[in-house]
This record gives sequence, C-alpha cells and structure tokens, in this order.
Amino acid sequence: MSVEFDQKINETLADANLQLAIYGSTARLKQGRIDTVGALPDYQELRTQANAVKKHTIENLDYYLEEFERNVKARGGQVVYCKDATDVADFVLGLAKEREARLIVKSKSMTTEEVDLNERLEHHGLESVETDLGEYILQLAHERPYHIVAPALHKTRYDVAEIFTEKLKVPRETVIEKQTAIARSVLREKFLAADIGISGANFLVADSGAVVIIENEGNARLTTSAPKVHIAVAGIEKVIPRAQDLATFLKLLARSATGQMMSVYASFLAGPRRPGEVDGPDEFYVVLLDNGRTKLLPDRSKRQSLYCIRCGACLNTCPVYRKIGGHSFPWVYSGPIGAILTPQFMGVSHEPGLPFASSLCGACGEVCPVKIDIPKILLELRSDVKKSETREKQNRWEKLAFRAFAWLMTKPSLFEMAGRIGASMAPSTDGKWISSVPAAMNLPPVKRWLSQRDLPPPPGRSFRELWRRR
Amino acid sequence: MARENILHKIRTALGRSAGQDAADGPPPRIVVPEMEIEDRIHSMRTRIEALAGRTMRAANGCAAREMVAGEIAGKTSVASNSPFLRECGVTELPGVRSGITDREELRQICAVADIGITSADYVLADTGTLVMIASPAEARLISLLPPVHLAVVPKERILTGLDELFSVVPQPAEITSSMVMITGPSRTADIEQFLVRGVHGPGAIAVVVVG
Repeated sequence: MSVEFDQKINETLADANLQLAIYGSTARLKQGRIDTVGALPDYQELRTQANAVKKHTIENLDYYLEEFERNVKARGGQVVYCKDATDVADFVLGLAKEREARLIVKSKSMTTEEVDLNERLEHHGLESVETDLGEYILQLAHERPYHIVAPALHKTRYDVAEIFTEKLKVPRETVIEKQTAIARSVLREKFLAADIGISGANFLVADSGAVVIIENEGNARLTTSAPKVHIAVAGIEKVIPRAQDLATFLKLLARSATGQMMSVYASFLAGPRRPGEVDGPDEFYVVLLDNGRTKLLPDRSKRQSLYCIRCGACLNTCPVYRKIGGHSFPWVYSGPIGAILTPQFMGVSHEPGLPFASSLCGACGEVCPVKIDIPKILLELRSDVKKSETREKQNRWEKLAFRAFAWLMTKPSLFEMAGRIGASMAPSTDGKWISSVPAAMNLPPVKRWLSQRDLPPPPGRSFRELWRRR
Repeated sequence: MARENILHKIRTALGRSAGQDAADGPPPRIVVPEMEIEDRIHSMRTRIEALAGRTMRAANGCAAREMVAGEIAGKTSVASNSPFLRECGVTELPGVRSGITDREELRQICAVADIGITSADYVLADTGTLVMIASPAEARLISLLPPVHLAVVPKERILTGLDELFSVVPQPAEITSSMVMITGPSRTADIEQFLVRGVHGPGAIAVVVVG
C-alpha cells in the first residue's frame, strides 16, 4: 500500500463529521435501493437478463459499435473515436474553434472526469461549466467527485455557503433551498448563452444510433437541448444492442442508484433536431472513448468489469467505502467498482494496495444490477499484483508463511495438531490472548502484517472436534 | 486513425474479424401485463402524487380547458403545438402563447413563462412517467424551462409501463430525435441528501387526465 493511500484513509477515518456524512448518505441510498428493488417481483430475472445482454454486447463489441456508428450517421450525427484524453480534448477544441465557441455547458459524466476534460478545455481559454449541482460545487472547489452518483456527498451546507460566497461573490447563504436557487439562476444564464453542450451517456443504443442520459435535475436535458451543438462523450463499453433492452436497464438503474423507480428524466437522443422540430441541437456528435478499455477485453473473466452501468450501489453497500470514503481511492472511480477498474485501466502498480482494500464480504457482487462478480475479480487482481512484484519488493516472510500453511493444509494430522496447539492458547475471559502468545507475534514482519488485520482468538474446541462429538 | 486502431484492438482481443456478424444474443425481455384503464389511471395518479406532482381528471376536453384556465389564471403560459391541446381549446385561453415554430422565439418565451403546457405522447401507469416525443407538435423546452409543467393527456395514452412503451414504440429513433421520459418534478439531493425540487427543470408538475 502506498504512503499516500494509507494517509488519505487515516485522514478520513479521523474526521468524525466526514464519517457521519459518508455513513448517513450511503445508508439512505442503500435503504432506498433495498425498498424499490424489493418491490420488483422479477428483479432477479432482470439482473440475469441485463448480465446476458451486456455479456453478449461486449463479446461482439466491434459489431455493435459499427452498427451504432452507422445509425448515428443515418440520423445526421457523427461518431468520433478517441483513444485517450488528448484525443477527446483535441476534438472538442477543434470543433469549438471552428464554431467560434467560448462557453460550454456540461452535464455530469464520469467519463469526462477520467480525461480531465474541463481542465484541458480551460487551459485553452474555453469556459466549461459543470451544471449538475453537486458537480458545480466541486468544480468551484476544485475537487473530484466523492461518489459516482452523489458527487458532493462530503460537503455540508456550510461548506457550500463558503464556496459560493468566495467564488460567486454572493452573500453567505446556508439554507439548502436558497443555495440551490442561487445555482439555478447562475447556471440558467450559462445554459441560454452556451455554444456547446457536453454530456455523458448512460447507454448507447446500437439499433437506434441514440444516446440515453439519465438524471434528476434537468441539467442534462438543458445541456443537450439548448445549445446548437451537442457532444456526448461515452466509453465504448456503453453500447447495448436495441432500444427494447432499455425496458430492462431502466428498471434496474434508478432503483439500484438512488432507490427511485425511475429517475426524473431519461432522455433518448437520436441525432440533431429533425426538419419541423422546433428546438434541439443542429449538430450531434458522439465521442467513443477507449482510454484503456480495450486492455480489459482479452481476459475472459475480468472483461465483465466493463458491464458496469455506474449505479453506485456497490459503493453504498461496501463496508470499506463507507469508512474510507471516495477521495481515498487513487482515481476517479471509487468503491468496489473503482477497486477493480483502476488497476485494470492504470496498471496494478498504480496502487498495488487497492485490490487488497476489501474484506471480500461479497456485498458488492450481490447488489450489482448487472451481476459483475466483483469479489472474484478482486481476487484475480490480488494475484496479478503479487505476480507483478519484483523479487526485492516481495514480502518473503508472508510468502514463506503461506507456503508453510499450504503444506500444512495437505497434512490432516499435522493440521489437527496445529489446531489443538492454537486451542490450548485460547483466552480465559479477558480476551487479551495475543499478549500471552509466543513472542513470534511481536516480530516486526508479523506485527506489521497484523497492523491491518485482526487475529481472532482460536475457539476452545476445533470444528473437527465438534463434528466428531456431534 | 483512432477508429481503425480501436476496432482492431477490440477484434484482436475478442478473436473476431472485420465485418463478422454477431452471434445471436438474448432476445429483449418485454412483458406487458393486463391492466384495466381505470386501474392504469389510478396507478399513474398515485405515482405522480407520491412524487409531489398533482393530478386532475376531466370528463372531456371542455372540462380540461376549464381546469387549465383555473391553473393558469393571472400567469403567463406557453403551450405546445399539440393538436390535442387545440382540440381541448387550451391554446385559445387568455395569457397562453402557442403556435411557435421559431427556435429563438420559443426559447425567449419559455425563459420567462410561468407555466409550460404540453400534452404527452404516452403516460406510464406503474411509474407515473410522461413520455414526450419531440416533433413539430411538441418542443423540448416547454416542459423544461418554465418553473411549472402542466400536461393534458387523453386517458387512451396511458400504458402499463416501460415494457408496453417499448413494444408500442420499438424504434423511437425512427420517429423522433428526442424521446424524454419525465417522472415527477425536477429534483436534487446533492447537498446533504436534502431533497430540493425545481433545481433546473420545473419544480412543479400537474397532469390533467381527459376522459
């Protein structure tokens, strides 16, 4: 584990207010999911269907991307493939220059967070404004999202009051409704003046050439309807075969994300406005971003990481996320899904401790609406991390201990004897058994290993003994 | 070229070749339940009201017009070009701007109007969702810019849910550039998970069911 990761975790754990904020918010989102999902009689069938559709699409990804591209073109839109952050920025900058655009409005998109799009555009003199309330607050504060669906989860009304006073030069305001009204009026002006709107996409529909955007505030609708140019930025894995598949995915997404039956707005957008339509953009572009996604495809097991629909349910249920929060994670994606995406996108050495920052309790896999087996992928990534370690970096003691343990496991009588020795050291009543066990526990490598792990006291009787006496 | 490069990487990783067909995938899962019209109306009204929207029932177009007149009295409104609104006489009411076909004009009017009046192409009973298909009859901004959205819908357009919608309209892109599903008023919970309505879209929504 890197020093930085360790430090951020400790900072978060030490901040009592932050702990309350994370715990409270995730608890509400988690309960909302349980309530709405519980009311769906065919929830498990929907998950199975969603998983099957995603699996099929990823296995035939080139086919569906080409179909999507053909249909976007047929509707008068354009598709732009981008391999990385520079490609995306170059495309947007080039188009902005041609259209003499100065002001860009943006709706929430994790994909654009991946490529630091705002920073890149602003570096070249464009104004690019986030319009989702949470994202807007974070843009003003120069922070990245804390959570996939609740980006400003860690900010209180008092934090927001300070940010607005400082950045917007408005009188201090701590009433949440009034803060929201301030953002509405500032951003309304931006929407009406913007030259280009940039959105993300929750789904790309191959048979329609359409992007689907899910939101609650209406900022994505404004972003995609008011300016004359709409650019949707999406990862290549977002494609699904048919519009009819939305009947499955729309039922799962909002329920898993926020516990709503439907999000307030689900926009299905296919190309620029058509003859006769009164409003809508004149130009429609879809940026299909790789940015490392193709690296995930060769591995038949791990490629399921690309099924993710970014609902955030795994974050809300994860005992680790709920303690260490979003900013402890080393990249834009946090929680269990971040723990499997980051090492695969950035390489396992980016933060080798990440796949280990899990209790493997399995909750993330259980709540995933597309049935990604996150715990299994975490284990595979742990193995990848170990394999990638150089000889000097390897913990030789740990390796030796596990080799001895593996050997012991193959010798039933020795294993049983070891169990009995353990049992004989069982605590009396004070529970402080560790101090009475041999000095080996205090050897530096063992002590270090135990600094982040609990060694539960052995039971007085082993399972085998109980089984024999049953 | 990024396009060729990316497609090539994908094909290599998946062991596929250029132009190769996709294997048969799982068929779409569309299950349309049976539901009486009165049950649909009841379900849809319950759902919208649970989201702090309001619903009304009008026996006919005339009654609907009177209800709308009550809602918009003393306020400025902009109505879509929906033939159904015209049939009901809503577009003739005092204070209502309608018949706009110019984008700039529409945008300016919507930006200052108190109420946006539309019909809806469909309504989903199980979630209380209005389905708005953009066309010369329905512009996008009328249900979006004004702080209040008022929709007047004949009861025949109430479908059971998403499955029925996508069986009635399996290919939305063939008929429109924009199909938006609206479920309740615009909302946010981005600050301390505290619910605020009307952050960017309308903070209030009212639906008149006709028939």
